[in-house]
Amino acid sequence: MSEEFTGRASAARPDGPSRRGFLRGAGLAGAGLVAGTGAARAASPDPLITEVQPWAQFLGDGVDAAPYGKPSRHEAHVIRRNVEWLTADTSSSVNFTPIHELDGIITPNGVCFERHHAGVADIAPQDYRLMINGLVDRELVFTLQDLLRLPRENHVYFLECAANSGMEWRGAQLNGAQFTHGMIHNCMYTGVTLRTLLNEAGVKPEGSWLLAEGADASAMSRSIPMEKALDDCMIAFKMNGEALRPEQGYPVRLVVPGWEGNMWVKWLRRLEVGDAPWHHREETSKYTDLLADGRARRFTWEMHAKSVITNPSPQAPILHGHGPTVITGLAWSGVGKIARVDVSLDGGRNWQQARLSGPSFDKSLHRFYFEFDWDGRELLLQSRAIDDAGYVQPTKDALRDFRGVSSVYHNNGIQTWHVHSNGEAENVEVS
Amino acid sequence: MSRFLKSTLICASATFAALPVMAQTTGLGRAALPEEVAAWDIDIRPDGAGLPDGSGDVWTGEELYETQCAHCHGTFGEGMGSWPALAGGHGSLTHEHPEKTIGSYWPYLSTVWDYVNRAMPYGMAQSLTHDEVYAITAYLMYLNDLVDDDFELSRENFTEIRLPNEDGFYMDDRVTLEWPLFTQEPCMSDCKPDVQVTMRAAVLDVTPDDPIADARREQARAMAAASGGGDASVSTPDAEPAADPGEDARAAHSPELIAQGESLYRACRTCHQVGEGARNAVGPMLNGIIGRSAGTMDGFRYSPVLTEAGDTGLIWTEETVSEFIADPRGYLPRNRMSYAGMRDADDRRALVAYLSTYSE
Repeated sequence: MSEEFTGRASAARPDGPSRRGFLRGAGLAGAGLVAGTGAARAASPDPLITEVQPWAQFLGDGVDAAPYGKPSRHEAHVIRRNVEWLTADTSSSVNFTPIHELDGIITPNGVCFERHHAGVADIAPQDYRLMINGLVDRELVFTLQDLLRLPRENHVYFLECAANSGMEWRGAQLNGAQFTHGMIHNCMYTGVTLRTLLNEAGVKPEGSWLLAEGADASAMSRSIPMEKALDDCMIAFKMNGEALRPEQGYPVRLVVPGWEGNMWVKWLRRLEVGDAPWHHREETSKYTDLLADGRARRFTWEMHAKSVITNPSPQAPILHGHGPTVITGLAWSGVGKIARVDVSLDGGRNWQQARLSGPSFDKSLHRFYFEFDWDGRELLLQSRAIDDAGYVQPTKDALRDFRGVSSVYHNNGIQTWHVHSNGEAENVEVS
Repeated sequence: MSRFLKSTLICASATFAALPVMAQTTGLGRAALPEEVAAWDIDIRPDGAGLPDGSGDVWTGEELYETQCAHCHGTFGEGMGSWPALAGGHGSLTHEHPEKTIGSYWPYLSTVWDYVNRAMPYGMAQSLTHDEVYAITAYLMYLNDLVDDDFELSRENFTEIRLPNEDGFYMDDRVTLEWPLFTQEPCMSDCKPDVQVTMRAAVLDVTPDDPIADARREQARAMAAASGGGDASVSTPDAEPAADPGEDARAAHSPELIAQGESLYRACRTCHQVGEGARNAVGPMLNGIIGRSAGTMDGFRYSPVLTEAGDTGLIWTEETVSEFIADPRGYLPRNRMSYAGMRDADDRRALVAYLSTYSE
């Protein structure tokens, strides 16, 4: 995994003798250009240019060398990671999307973070059944083939765990955007709206709530108000164009746009219409927000506007020296679109507007950039998202003033990275 | 079809004071049978909806709990390791480290019954009978000092039970309470007098080991040190100082070496084939090359000089193959192999190690 960076496995790298010899001989300083203003000057000709490299001379892999393609072996470090001390067992645990290694707005399927409550259910498509029961005119059972005959829609939505940044309530804890903000991914979902699906069963007038239930060994269940179900919820069988990954609920999951990830029930097996919420474990014991006075908010479904600078960040320091520098990050809101992102280099004293680039969808990740000339000064980097409802991402202290530090969930406060003069970055809190 | 789509679109733009009536259905799916609904519709609500007949007492529950639950949740429901605590924590919700248990936090007993029934014991879900779920629920009440040891829980008395923290919850009020403050026009300049770092994650040091991040940090420090400050040279992570490359190579035929050889073999496969189904091509097939006399692969037309070398005793060993591919034309002048040569001895050792894994 770490071969590229530890150098441990360098002997096994077939990059070619000339290149390795060069690097070994020349060391770090000679490996490239000295940064500065204007075009730099190389001390000696670069053998990567003057010598014919193996990949320029010999044939590479043919078609079908990898019938299902994987990232370059040089990207083997771009992986989901677990925080072992967080949970007792990986079958009821979470890992984190490597957001500091990604760009754009779409999360590749293989690195979408995982959260399971009883491991990954393995369901063959022909064994899949979806039941609709309760306060409906017709209690129905669908096969996957049935669902594929209903009208489909495509939508890009982020999924954020309510506990994303939850370890940071009491202060800076984890050194890495992956760990502080990586319980999020953003995919294009293909599926059928609940509006279409529930119409098949015919919801009775008193049907005001929906229970979604998974087929895994935790039989994950959540209550969803009917208004939301009929507004924009859908069942999805494709993510980013291909079948859902097993760890994302193959063959069918629920999509609850803008609302906390726990409600996006995976391996969805049943939708029950009722006239009251069920108050199950994941909406009472968990996913309720304990406040300082000892009382707790329930049904805190909506994910409010939030952003984070993904580069630089503790796992991705600035390694190029002074001069042109790109700051980039992600912003999102469960209420709608991101209207604006501001970036501060001095811990929130002064702000400048960042540049949004890429498609802007409702309840989707947005990508922002901020380009500047870094002179080696220490930085206290922050980003601040503003959504189209006018909500301005608050500071962590502003959130704590309302909620205390024990609420675990829905920490959308402003993140600070302290960038040192050598380019290292650290997770800090500021006054 | 178009009428169906049209009605869908109309519904999409409607506001949902009540469920919109959609005239048409596709007729897809089939009716769920009562037995099927009964098998899957196992959920319980606080008002008792969904509760099946049955009962269980504290003593029966204790026996079940000891064998089925205690190894994760602890003998007294205190929670082992990171597994959830189920009892205790009374009055702790305002403390620095609140303990959210059934007795201290959960609002409804139905949640306990429902979750034990649907998901417990962990790894053996839905293996308990209804009576056993009642008994375990009764015992969890006992562990939380909610009932005496002679208590029996049943469908009949279930909804009479109230948990202490039922009134401790209220509906999400973030929008009414917090949004007035969080929707104000944000300050852009001189927003605060000065900024101090008040806390550093590195002090806690609970971040999982990340060798790549460590290597990058080392690189940042090394570059800063080399340039005597924050200035640094451009470099790629690949330019990390390498460990002694001989270390792996000396362990001849290690999997790493063979893998390296496989990669280097790309330079050969334009002309040579190796492995299952390999045939002579531009160059001879290479299965079993190590140990064979030079110029003796059946059906291949060698250059005279190679046949001659075999006739006079050249045998392809790991050493001779290595010497040959280092400089094919220097080793055997006038042979037809059009390859310039592999200069790096480590690379040749790896390539030979890879070839040696294919016998005839």
